Amino acid sequence: MSRAALLVLADGRFPAGGHAHSGGAEEAVKAGRVTDAASLADFCRGRLHTTGLVSASLAAAAAAGTDPAALDAAADARTPSPALRTAARRLGRQLLRAARATWPGAELDALARRFPKGAHQPVVLGLVARAAGLGPLDAAYCAAYESVSGPATATVRLLSLDPFDATAVLARLAPELDRVADRAVEAARRVADEGVDALPAASAPLLETGAQAHAGWPVRLFAS
Amino acid sequence: MHLDHTHDGPAALGADARRPDGTRRALRIGLGGPVGSGKTATVAALCRALREELSLAVVTNDIYTREDAEFLLRHAVLPPERITAVETGACPHTAIRDDISANLEAVEDLEDETGPLDLVLVESGGDNLTATFSKGLVDAQIFVIDVAGGDDIPRKGGPGVTTADLLVVNKTDLAPYVGSDLGRMAADAEAQRGGLPVVFQSLRSETGVADVAAWVRARLAAWTA
Ligand SMILES: Nc1nc2c(ncn2[C@@H]2O[C@H](COP(=O)(O)OP(=O)(O)OP(=O)(O)O)[C@@H](O)[C@H]2O)c(=O)[nH]1
Ligand SMILES: [Mg+2]
Repeated sequence: MSRAALLVLADGRFPAGGHAHSGGAEEAVKAGRVTDAASLADFCRGRLHTTGLVSASLAAAAAAGTDPAALDAAADARTPSPALRTAARRLGRQLLRAARATWPGAELDALARRFPKGAHQPVVLGLVARAAGLGPLDAAYCAAYESVSGPATATVRLLSLDPFDATAVLARLAPELDRVADRAVEAARRVADEGVDALPAASAPLLETGAQAHAGWPVRLFAS
Repeated sequence: MHLDHTHDGPAALGADARRPDGTRRALRIGLGGPVGSGKTATVAALCRALREELSLAVVTNDIYTREDAEFLLRHAVLPPERITAVETGACPHTAIRDDISANLEAVEDLEDETGPLDLVLVESGGDNLTATFSKGLVDAQIFVIDVAGGDDIPRKGGPGVTTADLLVVNKTDLAPYVGSDLGRMAADAEAQRGGLPVVFQSLRSETGVADVAAWVRARLAAWTA
C-alpha cells in the first residue's frame, strides 16, 4: 500500500462534489448559531462526535470488507432526514465516479452496478480507500476529517471568515479527530461478530431538522 | 494494478463519446461568460431554434438560486424533464472546470431519462473572464460577452475570450447607447483568438440567434459524422 494515496483521497480538491455542500454550516450560519471562529469550532466539534463518528465507523467497516448493502441500510437508519439521505447518496455517487477513474477496479465497478444512483458517501469512501490500497483507519480518518473540513471551508465563504482562523479550528480539533478515528475502527472491528448494529448511532437533531429546512429554501449557496 | 481508464464499467465515468451501451452520447456544448451577458437568453433562443429538428436538454449552474432553470421553465422553451439545475456551492467555475462530477451526473441522467438526445447545452452561472469549461464535461464551449460590459473586454483577453470555440458578442443593439465600438471589438477579438470564430448578435433583432444556431448545427454534424 502507498500511504501517500491517503493524501490524494483526503485532499479537499479531490473532484468528488464536496465543494457544493456545507455540511449544515449554511443553515447554522443563517440561524445565527455559527457567527465566528469560536462558534465554528463548537459546530465542528458537535458534528465530529455525531455525524463524523457515524461516518467514520461506516467508512472503516466498508474498508474492512463489510457488505456495502448492509452498511448502506445502516447509514439510512442513522440518517432520519430525507434531505441528508439524498445528499449523502448524491455525494456517494460523485465520489464513486471520481474513484473509478482514479483507482479502477472490479469492486468499485460492482458497487456502481449495485447502486446506480449512489450509496451513502461514507460507505463508498470506505470501499474507495480499499481500492486505493488503504485500510480502515485511513478511511475513518478521511470521513472524520471531511465531517469538519467541509463546514469550515463553507463558513469561510459564508461569513468571509478569516481563512487562517478557520484552518486553526481544524488544527485544534486534531487530537479529537484521532480519538474519533480510533473509536470508529474499534466499532468496525466489532461488526464482524455483532453485525452493523455494533456501529455508533450518535445523532445531531439540529443537523437533521436544519437540513430539512435548508432543502426548502428558495435561495441558497450550498446544496446541503 | 493498472491505472488507466476502464471502459467496460457499469456507468460512464467522463467524456467518453460512447455510452456504456455502445451508443454515441449527445454532443455537449458549454455556455459561459460574465454575469448578465445573455447566456440564458441565448440558451432559450437556441432551444426555440433547434427543438423541432433536434432532441435536446439543458443543464444550468446557478450561483445561489434556480433563476436560470426557472426562466427556461417559465418560458417553456423545453419540457420540464429536459431541464436540470446543478447547485454549485457559490462557485460555478469549480462545478464546470475543477470538479465536474455533479454536472456529469446531470447530463447523463438527462440522457438516460429523456434520451436519446442529440445535444445538451450546459450553462455556467455568470462568472469572471477566466471561467472555462473542462474538456471532461463539454465537447465545445461558447463564451458570451456583451457590448455593455465594456468594449475593451476582447482586448483584455483571458481564457474565455481567447480559447472558447465560439465567442459571442451579444446585445449589439445596445452599442450606440453605451458607446461601444463594435469595429474595435471585432479587431481585438480577432487578434486575441487567432482565427477562432466570433459572432456579433442581438437577440432583439430579426436574425437573433441564427448565426450561433448555425455554428451549433455544424458542430453537431462533425460530432455525428
Ligand atoms: N438589449 C438586449 N438585451 C438582451 C440581449 N440578450 C439578453 N438580453 C437581456 O439581458 C439580461 C440578462 O440576460 P440573461 O440571459 O439572463 O444573462 P445571463 O448571462 O444568463 O445572466 P447570468 O446567468 O445571471 O449570468 C436580460 O434582461 C435579457 O433580456 C440582447 O441581445 N439585447
Ligand atoms: Mg443565466
